[in-house]
Amino acid sequence: MKQLNYIKLDFPARSANEGFARAAAAAFAAQLDPTMEELGDIRTAVSEAVTNAIVHAYPDTLGDVHMRLRILEGNVLEIVVRDKGRGIPDVARAMEPMYTTGGEERSGMGFTIMGSFMDGLRVRSAVGRGTTVTMSKRISAKVRA
Amino acid sequence: MKVLSSFREGRLTLYLKGELDHHEAAAALRHITRTLDDYLPRDCVIDLGELTFMDSSGIALILKICRLMSETGGRAWVENAAKQPLKVIDASGIDRMIKVVTTKASL
Repeated sequence: MKQLNYIKLDFPARSANEGFARAAAAAFAAQLDPTMEELGDIRTAVSEAVTNAIVHAYPDTLGDVHMRLRILEGNVLEIVVRDKGRGIPDVARAMEPMYTTGGEERSGMGFTIMGSFMDGLRVRSAVGRGTTVTMSKRISAKVRA
Repeated sequence: MKVLSSFREGRLTLYLKGELDHHEAAAALRHITRTLDDYLPRDCVIDLGELTFMDSSGIALILKICRLMSETGGRAWVENAAKQPLKVIDASGIDRMIKVVTTKASL
């Protein structure tokens, strides 16, 4: 699909940046004229993906999180959240509901919610090299008077 | 985010306000744990009426409150969740484990 617009954001894996990341994603997605519910879905999915990178990717160091958003033909928003951290040894298991290696503030529902709120979800990871989460959502066409 | 509370006749109501994500969850949990320890309530209402955003960190927080309440023989449930938090609750499936009371405003 042809790319119509994009942004790239790099930020340190600090939890204070979770709110910034979802606000930036929502501001970029706004040009697709999403409904409030679609905007909420995008904010939620970005929050989950960025939080995963912050919590799991860099246990002993402060690495960067790379976020790229693209608007593609057909009113499609694509979001890529990439880290260069420790990676996920077993992606299929990590995507199971309620599975978490995080602390008591984690529910293990992040990937379930990403998959439920977006149309497409793809997770690629290599131990020691990082994780790439790619999500997509088609924004509904509006009927105008 | 802010957590306010009121206590009356054995029932503690926790009012969660603002945005609840991983960054906010740890401090919120510490505050709520202290409040539960202070009051030892029989019932705990988790009121999400003014929670404008929640991700799965909110699910973990709700489950933790329910666990803390069950440890002292009490019970907890969710009330007044707005659309976005309610959608996260629905997607997580925790409404099969704990009571979620919805209002007209959240539908």
